Amino acid sequence: MNTIYRKRLFINRLALLLALAAMAVGMLFLAWILYTLLARGLSGLSLAVFTQMTPPPGSEGGLANAIFGSLMMVGFATFIATPIGILAGIYLAEFGNRGWVGPTTRFINDILLSAPSIVVGLFIYTVYVAKVQHFSGWAGTLALSLLAVPVVVRTTENMLRLVPNSLREAAAALGAPQWKVVLSVALRAVRGGVLTGILLAVARISGETAPLLFTALNNQFWSSDMNAPMANLPVVIFQFAMSPFENWQSLAWAGALLITFSVLVLNILARTLFSQKTSS
Amino acid sequence: MNTTPASTPTSPAAKIKVNNLNFFYGSFQGLKSINLEIADRHVTAFIGPSGCGKSTLLRTFNRMYDLYPGQHATGEIVLNGKNVLDKKQDLNQLRAKVGMVFQKPTPFPMSIYDNIAFGVKLYESLSKAEMDERVEWALKKAALWDEVKDKLKQSGLSLSGGQQQRLCIARGVAVKPDVLLLDEPTSALDPISTAKVEELLHELKTDYTIAIVTHNMQQAARVSDFTAYMYLGEMIEFGVTDEIFIKPKRKETEDYITGRFG
Repeated sequence: MNTIYRKRLFINRLALLLALAAMAVGMLFLAWILYTLLARGLSGLSLAVFTQMTPPPGSEGGLANAIFGSLMMVGFATFIATPIGILAGIYLAEFGNRGWVGPTTRFINDILLSAPSIVVGLFIYTVYVAKVQHFSGWAGTLALSLLAVPVVVRTTENMLRLVPNSLREAAAALGAPQWKVVLSVALRAVRGGVLTGILLAVARISGETAPLLFTALNNQFWSSDMNAPMANLPVVIFQFAMSPFENWQSLAWAGALLITFSVLVLNILARTLFSQKTSS
Repeated sequence: MNTTPASTPTSPAAKIKVNNLNFFYGSFQGLKSINLEIADRHVTAFIGPSGCGKSTLLRTFNRMYDLYPGQHATGEIVLNGKNVLDKKQDLNQLRAKVGMVFQKPTPFPMSIYDNIAFGVKLYESLSKAEMDERVEWALKKAALWDEVKDKLKQSGLSLSGGQQQRLCIARGVAVKPDVLLLDEPTSALDPISTAKVEELLHELKTDYTIAIVTHNMQQAARVSDFTAYMYLGEMIEFGVTDEIFIKPKRKETEDYITGRFG
């Protein structure tokens, strides 16, 4: 065994050690966060959380109106963002290769993808809330969909680019028009990946607080009126966690646990879906 | 340069006539004044070293190159009395008449049945029973029926490579084209699957005009009636397969066939 080889072996072990240490630090904090959430949140979690409204300080209550509001806004935002995102993604991958519209759209989409969510909230506040003079569930929905669209666009385009050209040629060689090639063959080949993109977008927007602060605001009561201010988990957590009241703080922990758990489940779902589709 | 069949005892009618065809990838000229006649209901093979333009030539017959910007052709390719290079030519209808099978199997991400039905549905509205019949007919033509008849609902991706390639041939046959183009259809297959595909070509040529690109000279000798040898975008020699292989007229052809090329 010569010295060059020994040195290389040493460097290899050192690099492996550093990589493992980096991973351990990351995992430690993730585990810590999850542990704290579970320790603090589990005690606050009860049936009342799902059935009762957000209470005034010092009295019994739950998060039912906030859970419902979050589901409504995230649901509508996904409903709006999915078709726009998929269509734009298809355009970028399949049609936008000639000319300047495609590259420009892609560039702007990338900026939107990394835009701070508070900016999106302020934007909707300026163009919608300030005009209609009141906060509303729709404003929150709009802000969330603006955050979800670029995620769906990006994943749809990336997935379609994984489709080999030979598959498109094979469909075109049968006399299929381009829209048919794209929808029935290319998009179908990567439907698992596109679905994953949608789930990741849902995961991303369900924890957003900043864009809802200026748009949906909050509501202490049960409201299914999308034109009125609407309760939602992130803003309730923000408000309750900052308060000095113990029952509010406990509810904030329960809400945080709920969101984290749902996002975790969505992520796991997305990943298993994706791995199934790509391996088959 | 001899570009018409050397000896034509039974001289079959031409299905495709290529007149002074030039092809460009951007500014690079991939094909140089090709003249050629492809005989109706016979197999014509294209041989030559990699990059000689044989696949390029094949892809002009169904204008596959139109999918990519910057590629264009000049000259004439006459099919059924019409120039397919004409700007007014409807590409989808052309491709429905001129089917193509590729080097690598390309099953669509759907069931075996739907793989076959996909192309048929584009131009015909058949009843369920008629479609069943057509699918069976196409799969039998491609010698695949016995292997898949009990699993038509399974994904086309679940088949082996050789079966996938025969599925692609069945898919091409199912739309009943006039011409079938095959671009190295057996280069990714094992010898048994290759033999099956070659047998298939022999049967298919009673109904279809077939053009095949191959790197395998034995294959060209086995399956084709006419052979074209191409080099650097030019048609060096074209004639009856037996004559090309037994007594080629050009020295370049002989060198390539006997392996003394380069």
